[in-house]
Amino acid sequence: MSRDTALVTADWVEQHLDDDNVVLVEVDEDTSAYDKGHIKGAIKLDWTTDLQDQVRRDFVNRQQFEALLSERGVANDDTVVLYGGNNNWFAAYAYWYFKLYGHSDVKLLDGGRKKWELDSRELTDELPTREQTSYSAQEQDHSIRAFRDEVVAAIGAQNLVDVRSPDEYAGRLLAPAHLPQEQAQRAGHIPTAASVPWSKAANDDGTFKSDDELKEIYSEAGVDWSKDTIAYCRIGERSSHTWFVLKELLGQANVKNYDGSWTEYGSLVGVPVALGDEKGEA
Amino acid sequence: MGCGAVVGGRSIEGIDLTKEAVIQGTVTRGGEPVGSAYVRLLDATGEFTAEVPTDDAGQFRFFAGEGRWTLRTLAPKADPRDDAVTAQRGSVAEVDVLI
Repeated sequence: MSRDTALVTADWVEQHLDDDNVVLVEVDEDTSAYDKGHIKGAIKLDWTTDLQDQVRRDFVNRQQFEALLSERGVANDDTVVLYGGNNNWFAAYAYWYFKLYGHSDVKLLDGGRKKWELDSRELTDELPTREQTSYSAQEQDHSIRAFRDEVVAAIGAQNLVDVRSPDEYAGRLLAPAHLPQEQAQRAGHIPTAASVPWSKAANDDGTFKSDDELKEIYSEAGVDWSKDTIAYCRIGERSSHTWFVLKELLGQANVKNYDGSWTEYGSLVGVPVALGDEKGEA
Repeated sequence: MGCGAVVGGRSIEGIDLTKEAVIQGTVTRGGEPVGSAYVRLLDATGEFTAEVPTDDAGQFRFFAGEGRWTLRTLAPKADPRDDAVTAQRGSVAEVDVLI
């Protein structure tokens, strides 16, 4: 994977608005944003209802994912282009999710909804119609999804990258400053994790920084490029953004997203937790 | 009404001001509200903390911590604009952003 295959520009999207094999998909934290206006032809995925099991804390299973994409009219050989608000946090999360279930051609719109709006490009409230398909998903690819036991085993052994804000990392906050402070039982970070807030990877307009700039940012934070990497945040969406940078833009071999993230880790009994701005000891 | 709120500012009904340090305001261009602007909240070191799009009335709001912050506003056909603001628990810091 590289920038050329994983990322498309707003110009590219405009040129493919009438291409039936390109499916635009909007995914937002604010699930009502799509209804107010979206890119022409784009369908909507709701990360809370479409992509999460409604009983257990987990994703929808393979059969549910197949049913979802079939109903929304996404075919296996379609090019899926994801975009959304919040600098593509939830679009990156959906990108990782499509990869988890083995969709072959999936891309992210660089800059997402914000860049599109700042460019004064057109939005519509017209709803698209797509023919139902018979979508077939793969088994989950666990080479890109980390679970709690391997995260604990990675302390001091692999790169752990904490992409939350510095105050969340240090344990001064449990959630981003504009959101309710809830969820995990304990504040802090996983010992030995490097602090690289997701925002370091993006320009103000939401587009990704250049490969050279990105490499420097993670190298300076102490990421060892010869080791495997696990990224985490609070609930796994911001870390999808960083997973995308490390795995899809920079082409690192083994990068996993820990979707349990701090809301799981910070509630586990008996695991080590580091407080303050320092990484802490293994 | 909190001492920092001004006439025409967004209603703070339902917000417990004893617990929150609210920063809010309106983005306007030539007296007209700008509904497609993005306002970023940067901390005292310039680190990104949060970002919200403005609503149709050009309004935005953050629940910040106490201290000095910078609002960076991006909008179509305008240069990015920075406004300094100080937030205090118990009051509303109202900022008019003119682009």
